[in-house]
Amino acid sequence: MRTLRFRAAAAAVLLVGGLAACGDAGSDSDGRDVEAEEVEDGKFEDGSRMAEIADAGTIQVGVKYDQPGLGFKGAADELPSGFDIEIAKLLVADLGIDPNDTSKVNYVETISDNREPFLESGKVDLVLASYSITDDRRKVVGQTGPYFLTGQQLLVPEDSDIESIDQLQGKEICSVTGSTSIDRINEAGAKGVGFDSYSECVQKVLDGSVSAMSTDGTILAGYAAQNEGELKVVGDEFSEERIGIGYSLDHPEMCAWINGVLEEAFEDGSWAEAFELTLGPSGVEVPDPPTLDACPS
Amino acid sequence: MNAIVENLDLFFRGFGYTVALFVISGLLSLLLGTLLAAMRVGPIAVLRLASSVYVTCVRNTPLVIVFAFFAFLAPVLGIHFKWLDVQVGDLNFTSFYGAAVVSLSLYTSAFVCEAMRSGVNAVPLGQAEAARAIGLPFGGVMREVVLPQAFRAALPPLASVQIALIKNTSVAAVFGVAEATQSMRDLLRDFGATERIGIFAMFALGYVVLVELVSLLSLRLERRWAVAR
Repeated sequence: MRTLRFRAAAAAVLLVGGLAACGDAGSDSDGRDVEAEEVEDGKFEDGSRMAEIADAGTIQVGVKYDQPGLGFKGAADELPSGFDIEIAKLLVADLGIDPNDTSKVNYVETISDNREPFLESGKVDLVLASYSITDDRRKVVGQTGPYFLTGQQLLVPEDSDIESIDQLQGKEICSVTGSTSIDRINEAGAKGVGFDSYSECVQKVLDGSVSAMSTDGTILAGYAAQNEGELKVVGDEFSEERIGIGYSLDHPEMCAWINGVLEEAFEDGSWAEAFELTLGPSGVEVPDPPTLDACPS
Repeated sequence: MNAIVENLDLFFRGFGYTVALFVISGLLSLLLGTLLAAMRVGPIAVLRLASSVYVTCVRNTPLVIVFAFFAFLAPVLGIHFKWLDVQVGDLNFTSFYGAAVVSLSLYTSAFVCEAMRSGVNAVPLGQAEAARAIGLPFGGVMREVVLPQAFRAALPPLASVQIALIKNTSVAAVFGVAEATQSMRDLLRDFGATERIGIFAMFALGYVVLVELVSLLSLRLERRWAVAR
């Protein structure tokens, strides 16, 4: 019943979004339709980064372009799509900026290697790029959330009889160069081989060069859905990743604001709706919203 | 600096793979490149054409594309290196290493061929004519007379090509080989937040040392083979 209701809600949103997009050729975003909120005077404290962004009316958001279901942008797409993007839209809209207007919101591609440098140098204001919260990262950038939890699993060919990483001791498993996933693979006793992106690893699994690839289950679910009948996600989660939002430590006031927006999204159901719409098709059940970390004082 | 000191094994394993990639593909590229150069200056039109087509195609293709060919297209065509599985100490040489060596060797041999050809052109024509006059066949002319002199003249550009090869091995980082650049990115992930500059500097230094070794070797050879003119 629960999923049905969400489907219906999602369908309604799509329909409204579709109508709203009439005459707006090229807009093929299939995400939720989020509208900019009115920012009244005094909503954000004077001098805060939020007030600055709201006044300027433009924002840079770092996202992934290559993870279906989380942050994905096809070559012909105007806007990226996925769960990260949906959460980014909520934040952007809260600042009074139209999240679908690419002249105001710049969804910059951030890869795993450059998320901290981009935040530190102010190239992006926010990072929502399947960004795991870690203590080491918190030394140099602000991270709050998590807005969802995931864990590392395996993606194997449909006809494979692998059920857990224990069966792959000493075998090669593909993941992305420089990611935490590759570390966990090595810790589990398998050999991590690194490629530049997850989609390349999918290729290596499909052509049989490796027997499995591994990273966060939600990312794998997206690829399993893309290659239905050829790939499947197996195994228990052998790590816990807490996916959060990155901001610059120069603007610690952003933390409380981000948490406020997330809290609101958890309560009014837009979080669950976004989840169902983006990760639901890959077969991931909508979980309960995670508990947010307190902001550092 | 702590990051490197505490992870010296990762640092050296990374450069171990880099050296292993360089040595094997360096040797293979010298062999194949010399063969290509011989074909290119030889008397058989078909081989001349084949060699110049090869050089034109491979030299004008970005290295990443050559790698991508052997990583993504070749397996579909049935060319893979799954038979390769050698363990030497801490280093594992598997299909990914095989594909990287083949990519690097094929790519570099086009440059080796051109460097050798410039060397061959530097050998006075009279040398080849004299060799022919004493009855040597083409193979003998090349092996006994022309190539040894050509190699001497081609040494500086050959050294440049091999130095470029050392640095090109870093492309293998995103094609499944855990060489130095990949180790650097692993360390940057774990310690990049606090020790970014130190990690970059140490790995850059590692490459500088490797390149310097090859430069020194080439200088020594140059001196040893120098002839009084």
